[in-house]
Amino acid sequence: MERIPILRMGSYLLVTIQVDMHDKLALTLQDDLTERISSVNAKGVLIDISSLEIVDSFIGRTLANIASMARVLDAETVVVGMQPAVAITLVELGMSLPGIRTALNVESGMEYLRETVGSREESDDDDGLSTED
Amino acid sequence: MTTGSALKTETVPIANSSDVVVVRQRVRAWALELKLSLVDQTKIVTAASELGRNTLEHGGGGHMEMSLVENGVKRGIRLRFTDHGPGIPDLDLALKDGYTSGGGLGLGLGGSKRLMHEFEIDSKPGSGTTITVVRWK
Repeated sequence: MERIPILRMGSYLLVTIQVDMHDKLALTLQDDLTERISSVNAKGVLIDISSLEIVDSFIGRTLANIASMARVLDAETVVVGMQPAVAITLVELGMSLPGIRTALNVESGMEYLRETVGSREESDDDDGLSTED
Repeated sequence: MTTGSALKTETVPIANSSDVVVVRQRVRAWALELKLSLVDQTKIVTAASELGRNTLEHGGGGHMEMSLVENGVKRGIRLRFTDHGPGIPDLDLALKDGYTSGGGLGLGLGGSKRLMHEFEIDSKPGSGTTITVVRWK
């Protein structure tokens, strides 16, 4: 079955969507990602959509679902590289992707993840809520 | 309304979600041929994707007829999506943002209307739906 590869780098998962996704492929990605977040205890997910020529309501909703599911599983998601024409069209379509953190490129997306995940781990240590014993 | 004489026409069947990808690719190819700007290409391809998905999900499949149309000095692309599904009982409601009869976001029809210059729905409960849209260059 056709799948979009998910790369792991430390506690981060990286996905580059390089194909024109049909709806089932998008749903498979959603399932695979949530599965991987849980199995490798990922803290951050970066999704690069710079090769996507369109984001319609279905793909937009799938991205939003991935971000919500990741949050429930204690991971942050950032979507990077949206083309300007895609952003213009998406807003005109009526979707402003609320709840999705975006960044212009992979570098700033990774920076955002490191800061967010890093500061969260620090504050976990401070308040002592994360102690296991 | 959706007038203009057709210079050439192509039909794409819509029977599964891979066909919706083909719809996007064919519309993109024609938009490129017409030399639409990148933003305009993105708008017409996105609208085609929404309407193609509607044909599949709500109409149980059908086809898209794509035509290069001319009206005076204007040229554009006309897309006509036809299905033989249950039809749309309340058109005003279906066009409202946020209204959905399926599990979607309810942006498909209203959103596509905003992305195109002309938009026409012909739907009879029980005998299917035809949606015709045009984007002029």
